[in-house]
Formats: sequence, C-alpha cells, structure tokens
Amino acid sequence: MSVLVDKKTRLCVQGITGSAGAFHARECMEYGTNVVAGVTPGKGGQKFDEKVPVFDTMAEARAQTGCNVSVIFVPAAGAADSILEAADAGVELVVCITEGIPVMDMMRVKAQMRGKRSRLIGPNCPGIITPGQCKIGIMPGYIHKPGAVGVISRSGTLTYEAVWQLTSRGLGQSTCIGIGGDPINGMSHLDAVKLFCDDDGTEAMILIGEIGGSAEEEAAEWIHANCKKPVAAFIAGATAPPGRRMGHAGAIVSGGKGTAAGKIEALKAAGIAVADTPARMADTLIEQMKGRR
Amino acid sequence: MNIHEYQAKELLQKFGVATPPGRAASTPDEAKDAARELGTDGLVVKAQIHAGGRGKGTFANGFKGGVHLAKSTDDARELAFKMLGQTLVTHQTGPAGRVVNKVLVAKSVDIAREIYFAILLDRATAAPLIVASTEGGVEIETVAAKSPEKIIREPVDPLAGLQPYQTRKLAKQLGFESSQIKAAAKLFDGLYRTFIALDCSMVEVNPLVVTPQGEVLALDAKFNFDDNALYRHPEVAAMRDTAEEDSREVEASKHGLNYIGLDGNIACLVNGAGLAMATMDIIKFYGGSPANFLDVGGSATQDQVTEAFKILVGDPHVQAILVNIFGGIAQCDVIAQGIIGAAKTVKLHVPLVVRLEGTNVNEGKRLLKESGLAVIAADDLADAAEKAVKAAGGKS
Repeated sequence: MSVLVDKKTRLCVQGITGSAGAFHARECMEYGTNVVAGVTPGKGGQKFDEKVPVFDTMAEARAQTGCNVSVIFVPAAGAADSILEAADAGVELVVCITEGIPVMDMMRVKAQMRGKRSRLIGPNCPGIITPGQCKIGIMPGYIHKPGAVGVISRSGTLTYEAVWQLTSRGLGQSTCIGIGGDPINGMSHLDAVKLFCDDDGTEAMILIGEIGGSAEEEAAEWIHANCKKPVAAFIAGATAPPGRRMGHAGAIVSGGKGTAAGKIEALKAAGIAVADTPARMADTLIEQMKGRR
Repeated sequence: MNIHEYQAKELLQKFGVATPPGRAASTPDEAKDAARELGTDGLVVKAQIHAGGRGKGTFANGFKGGVHLAKSTDDARELAFKMLGQTLVTHQTGPAGRVVNKVLVAKSVDIAREIYFAILLDRATAAPLIVASTEGGVEIETVAAKSPEKIIREPVDPLAGLQPYQTRKLAKQLGFESSQIKAAAKLFDGLYRTFIALDCSMVEVNPLVVTPQGEVLALDAKFNFDDNALYRHPEVAAMRDTAEEDSREVEASKHGLNYIGLDGNIACLVNGAGLAMATMDIIKFYGGSPANFLDVGGSATQDQVTEAFKILVGDPHVQAILVNIFGGIAQCDVIAQGIIGAAKTVKLHVPLVVRLEGTNVNEGKRLLKESGLAVIAADDLADAAEKAVKAAGGKS
C-alpha cells in the first residue's frame, strides 16, 4: 500500500523536451514509472524517445492519454503558469520540481487552486516516490526499498539521508513525499501526515522539518490528537543565525518565530521522538517503534 | 536583498508615497549642494548603511550618532565630512561596524505622532498581511512583547488586493483625524502597490509620521525583496550594494553558490539546503563550530565545486573542511573532480574530511584516493562530523 502514487499512476511530464525534463523523464521511466505524455508548447505531435507523445497543452495531454498526475520541470519564470494549467486540466496531483519561483507567483497559484480537485506537491522539491512502483521526481531510485515507513520532508538530500538510513537498517518505505523548501507551497506536513495516518500500508512515519514557519507545529498538534502510529522527527537549522535565509527561501527565523528549539519542543510535547542528530533519524524511529510494541 | 534608506525613498516616491524631500551625497561638497537645493535651514544628515540603530551608533573615530540635525548648508557639509568614509558601529552591525559611503541629506520634519506600518507576506495564510501600530519609532518586537493589544493586523485577499475601505479602516484604527484620513489612505495604498509591484517579502515604514500641520509622511523605510523575483526588476537589482555584504558571500554568489558566512572554524561543503543545515547542526552536536553554510546545489558543476573550495580554503578562521555529499542529481564523481581541481590551484593547509554517498559514489571515492590528496574518509554523517571536529582541534 502507499499514498498518492502507485503502479496505476499515469504520468505526464511538463517540460519534457528541456534538458532537466528529458533527463529525469528517462530516469523515471527506467525506474518503472508509467510516463504516458509530455507537454512542451510548440512541440505537439512529436514523440519523446520515440515512445511518449508530446502535446502543446495539458488539456490535450489529459484528454488523449488520461494522465492523472503531472510533474513540472519548467523554468521558474513559467512554472507557476504550468501548475495552473495542470490544475485546469483536472489532474489529481501536480508535482512541481522547479526551484526559484517568485513567492508572489505561488501566492496567486495557491489562491487560485483553492476548491479545485488537484493537489500540489512542491515547488522546489525532490518529488514523490512509492518504492518499487512509481518514482516522480529527481531522487535516486536505488536508495529506496518497498516497506511500511512514510517519509515527509521539506528538503531533498536530507530526505535521501533518512531513506538511506532506513534502507540500510532493513526498513522499507511506503511512500516518500518531498513537500519542498519554499515559504508558500502546496501540500503541507499536516496534509501528508493525514494521508499516511489513513494508509493501511504505512506503519510509522519520519517527519523532517526545518526552521521557519509553523507547519511542523501544526502537524505535531494533529498527530497528538488523531494519530496512533509511531513518528520520529528531525528539525534542521538549530545552528542557523536568525534573519538569514538558509538556502531554502522558507528556511528563515524571523522575529523570534520558527526556531528549531520551538519546533522540537512542540514535537516532543506531541509524543513524537525527535532525533538529536540527522545521523540518528532511522534509529530514533526504530526505538520509537519498539517502545510502542 | 536589502537596499539603503535613500534608495527605498526613491522607490516609494515612484508609487506616490509621501516622504520628506532629500538627496544622497557621496562627498561633503555634494552634501552642501544637496542642502542648498533643498532650500531650507531645517535639515537632517543620515549615514546610509544596511543596519538599524544608526542614531544611537558611534563612529570608530569617536564621533557620536549616525543621524544629526543641520542648521545650515555648511553644517550639512561638516556632518557629511565627519561621517563619510568612517566606520559606524550600531547594535545591529556587530563590533566590526560598516563603512559609510553615502549620506542622505533631507528636510527635517517636526513630529506630532509616530506610527509603525508594515506589509509582509504571511506564509501561514499565503497572503499579504498588514501589521501596524500607534506605537511607532521603536522596534515592533518590543511593542508585541509589552503591549500586544496595540498591534493591528489586517489581512489582504491575495487576488483582490488591498481595498479602499481597508485603508480607511486602518487610518481610523491608527488614530488619524478625519481631515487626515485621505492622506493616510493614499499613503497605505501606495505602500501596498509598491509591495506588490516590486515583489517584496516585506515593506516596513518605521516611523510613519504625522507633522503638527497634519501631513502624513514615510520618514524611514526598509525593504526586503524576494531574490527569486529580482530577474524581473532590474532597477531594483541594480541597487544592490555589495560593500554591505560579507565578501565571501559576494564571491560565492558570483558562482551561483548558496553561501552564508558564520563564526566557527569548520568549513562545510554540502549539496542541498536541508542537508547543509543538518551538517552544521551535527558539527555543533559533536562540540565543533561551523564556519559557514554552503549548498552547492543539485546540479553542481566541477567548476562550481572548485570555486566553492577556494572560498573555504581562503577563510583564515577555517581549521578543517568537511565535505558531505549525498548524490542525487549531483554526482559524487563530479564533486570529487572539483575538489581535486581546486587542490591543484590552492594549497590545502587544513585537514579535509570527505563523506560521499549516493550517485556514482564508488567512482568519486576512487578518484579521491588516486589523486594523492590527504583525505580523511568518513563512513557516514556522524563519523564525518566527529572526524571533522577532531581534525579542527577538538571542541571549541
């Protein structure tokens, strides 16, 4: 079992003929993802790698291939528009990998997507993977292993770190979701937690957060009240200086809010085990799982 | 990105926000000319640096205060002479202070009331939020802590924008008299249009003043711009003053590297912002102190890694370097080649700890081994941090 994506997922790649889009479309296909369409305006009618039909618009791609998920590799200046185009076409899930989208663009996207059926993951994220079934994004496939741990993270490489720790200790993953490092994004920690909590194939969760905002605190509060599954967490940025944007636009402590200490306290108060170092994310979860049995 | 006060006022004027007339000057003579053009004996001379607390600051030469009133054009010249080229230390600059390269000569205004007014992008609601208070002229954090009831919050619909009734409501809540409502509402509207049009993450006017004659003016302004949107605002990007930034950060940004200088002695080179932060955290956990945050990005080239390495080696405080790479799109062999390339041009005089994992890890490890570089190899993240702290001379 898994959440959001699996063997049945029919993927469309927006920006499939660009260098990043083409490279990662191939990687995803090699992993076994069913890529059924690509979109690049002006290149409709072509075939990508002689296999995947390319369309000018998302509406055509959806109508002609029945794609239900789209992934975006369009450059930052046009990515917000691509998200709206995918939502307008009515796909269930839009995964935006693109980094560097102006935050005002995302503000408008978020407002316009309210009430629509499409969910958004990202932007500025590694994507989503259900190991052994479907990889949508830029993560290295081989570090994953099918299993029952759900992984949620704002960061790309820190997710790989957690996944690799799990896999090395024999624990597989149900689905791993990278929600992205921007201040305004689609799916939140809490949205992902709810999905994993309802999923029979997920027995435990790792929640990886970072300084800035209050999404981790919201997720912690909900878990405390509603979720019985063991959860381990790590918050990056305890040593980051206040007022500085730590790479991710969203990773910033401002006006004394969004500190690592505050987040760790909220997580612990909710009964979540917090790893004291990023090297102990999997071990902390294993200890938490043993404690519950 | 931040800008100077005089630049902020130039931008505000373009959007019809009233500010006291003024001009920037780089020399004492320019300051005198500016004062003459303003045609008044009520002047103020303000040192231009990217830090607050200027009025209460002290110059390295002993001269007190970065904001002074001037009674004549000669006064303005004299004050500019004492400030320009001098280092101003305020509670926000740190002990090193900042060199003043420009002063703002402006008409001084009498103040009847001071107000705080800011617009920011609220991530919790994904919408603009106006934060205002009748307690202007002091730091808003102090007001929020002491008297939170004096903070007014007005959310704005992200698609519809700030509505005229909201500007009038705010004016009333902020204690403006009926005769001043129109001027206040116009100023709030101008600030909102500036915020949206220039892709700001924050516009803060502190203080916004009311004069005894009832004029409403933005006396000081601070902007934060969204770096991701600078490509569509070349006029704002041109306002960047690299003299105000850490020289290591300026060099890094030239090569598309995400670098933030810190005070410690263990340099880090990491791919990914989250992992880079986590690497700093684990160094601290084992008793060390990071010298920087550095994310070489997902698609780092060999040249970028080489340039990054030069910046790390060039930092005199650095006593050990920790490379932590989890290859995804970034490939371990490319990173290894970058390190080897850098070691050819700059002498590596501190221990180098390398932890590689992920895409092309074996090739990366082989390249480093065959290069003859004195690399301390680490098995995992904890091992790498422990070895780096030890190599830097133990706990700091």
